[in-house]
Amino acid sequence: MTGWLAHLVVVPILLPLVASALMLSMDERRRTAKRVLSLGVSALLVGVAALLLWSVRESGPVAYRIGDWPSPFAITLVADRLSTMMLLLTSILGFTSLFYATARWDRSGPRFHALFLLLLMGINGAFLTGDIFNLFVFFEVLLAASYGLILHGSGTERTSASLHYIAINIAASLLFLVGVALLYSVNGTLNMADLAVSLSSAAEENLALLEAGAAILGVAFLVKAGIWPLCFWLPRTYAAASPPVAAVFAIMTKVGIYIILRLSFLLFGKDSGGAAGFANDALLYAGLATMVFGIVGILAARHLTRIAGHYVLVSSGILLSAIGIGGEALTAALLFYLVSSTLAVSALYLLIEPVERHADEADIIEGISEPVFDDEYVGAIEEEETEEGVVIPGTIAILGGGFIFCALLLAGLPPLSGFIAKFALIDALFRHVTIALSHWALIALIILSGLATTIAMTRAGIDRLWTPGEDSPARLSLVEVTPIGLLLTVCLTLMLAAGPVMDFMQATAGALHDPGSYIEAAGPATEGGGVR
Amino acid sequence: MEVVLSLAIGILTASGLWLLFRPRTFQVILGLSLLSYAVNLFIIAAGRLRTDAPPIVGKGTADPAAYADPVPQALVLTAIVISFATTALLLVVLMASRGLTGTDHVDGEDGEA
Repeated sequence: MTGWLAHLVVVPILLPLVASALMLSMDERRRTAKRVLSLGVSALLVGVAALLLWSVRESGPVAYRIGDWPSPFAITLVADRLSTMMLLLTSILGFTSLFYATARWDRSGPRFHALFLLLLMGINGAFLTGDIFNLFVFFEVLLAASYGLILHGSGTERTSASLHYIAINIAASLLFLVGVALLYSVNGTLNMADLAVSLSSAAEENLALLEAGAAILGVAFLVKAGIWPLCFWLPRTYAAASPPVAAVFAIMTKVGIYIILRLSFLLFGKDSGGAAGFANDALLYAGLATMVFGIVGILAARHLTRIAGHYVLVSSGILLSAIGIGGEALTAALLFYLVSSTLAVSALYLLIEPVERHADEADIIEGISEPVFDDEYVGAIEEEETEEGVVIPGTIAILGGGFIFCALLLAGLPPLSGFIAKFALIDALFRHVTIALSHWALIALIILSGLATTIAMTRAGIDRLWTPGEDSPARLSLVEVTPIGLLLTVCLTLMLAAGPVMDFMQATAGALHDPGSYIEAAGPATEGGGVR
Repeated sequence: MEVVLSLAIGILTASGLWLLFRPRTFQVILGLSLLSYAVNLFIIAAGRLRTDAPPIVGKGTADPAAYADPVPQALVLTAIVISFATTALLLVVLMASRGLTGTDHVDGEDGEA
């Protein structure tokens, strides 16, 4: 990358920051201007992320040193395949959720757009940064914005859920700091690439301290990723958040997953000497436990928001145990699953509110048509028999179609991208020469989670979309349908272009397993590696 | 000095954790504050304890061994600011929760505790 393109790396952080600062100075009543600005910015972010992805695919990892300081001292941003892919995913979710929010949600409290853009800035920064302490700062930015967004719309449920959310995240941030301090005290550096280099030559007597530091650091990310037993806050918080906020929070657990993925391959990859493969077994078993908890939660849930929340846990569990097992093919499959499941969960969160709104309205309308005579109609079935045929109103058709689409994606049934992702995961597991018992457990749980999701979604679908009389068309605005459609279209594209996408994931997984080019670009003592 | 510092960190952490697990929201906030003090001290300790060593190098070339490591001090400054801000936010949420639910129990409802 040369010329102005070189500065593109910093745009995903600067653009939302500047826009949100501008928006803070604008009067709250200028709603249209704010909507146009924030939608424009988030659409631009999609473009920037796509451009970055395209250029990094050709040139390999690109480091951007702010202020042009030499590497360990500069604030380093690194764009490689994995981080730009996550950027693109974030910006797509950001755009669709904002679009959805303009239907009415952004009016239920002040400063929605400014907070939302700050959240995007924090997430983008966390994906781009190449330095552990800046990672902490970006984490705090995204958390601070998320505290505000959780509270958006207020109400008892949101306030008390966010109380737990904030307390647990502050505690996790403290663990983060302890981990950073331990790593720094041994290595004297916070640059991730530099850490990877110095870790591979760490002295034997320091190894225990390093591993303790990394483990404490890891716990902080695992809290975000929602690993069992640190996940009890998640379903409730996500259920309490307003729909567009919950939809964009679908990426938040993946931030934790991303960091685990990045650091475990960078710091504890196969080249890192005595500490290689550290904590892989712990990740595998904790991931399996998370999946069991999530599956039970999905089956027990009575509300769609709870189903979605527990599904987030299941997908975290699948990803973490797949990271624990490792291997290039499995990593490629888990990246594909990460993208597909994040999009599907986000679409589900957007879909839940219109579906439940419809059900609520149907309940109210039922009271209007009271029977004149006692025996006019005894049950719903008898009434149906006298009808000429059931007319399905347009909104129900759209909602039902979207719901089925989502259910197929989440459960991983053919032919959609969820199926391809799970198939790739299981296929990669079977490629090992000897399949360990824990691998069998993972395969079984992946299939079971699909079954549980199918059962829960079918039950919810019958309950919400079928049972109440179908003659009560709910209001459904185009602004709400479009983002859901967009997300599902992206999933459809993932399915149709599964070949090229999988190739990309394979190359990404390869780069993760062999982080030489990343270290060369982002680490110190490279003369021509980064942008000057 | 090492003993004093490690004792301080230990006592702060222990009291912070004790308070964090209490059922009243105000105790939780105090617990988090104490924990953040402990963590800040811990970061300072991670940069090695030095006395009479300034962290900022003056003009001219100087012997780096005569100076303290400035990075942990910068980290602590950042951490203090951030934890201060988030604690203030938590305090606001605490007040709102107290107003909405009528109790200062962390779950919003008073049990036997």
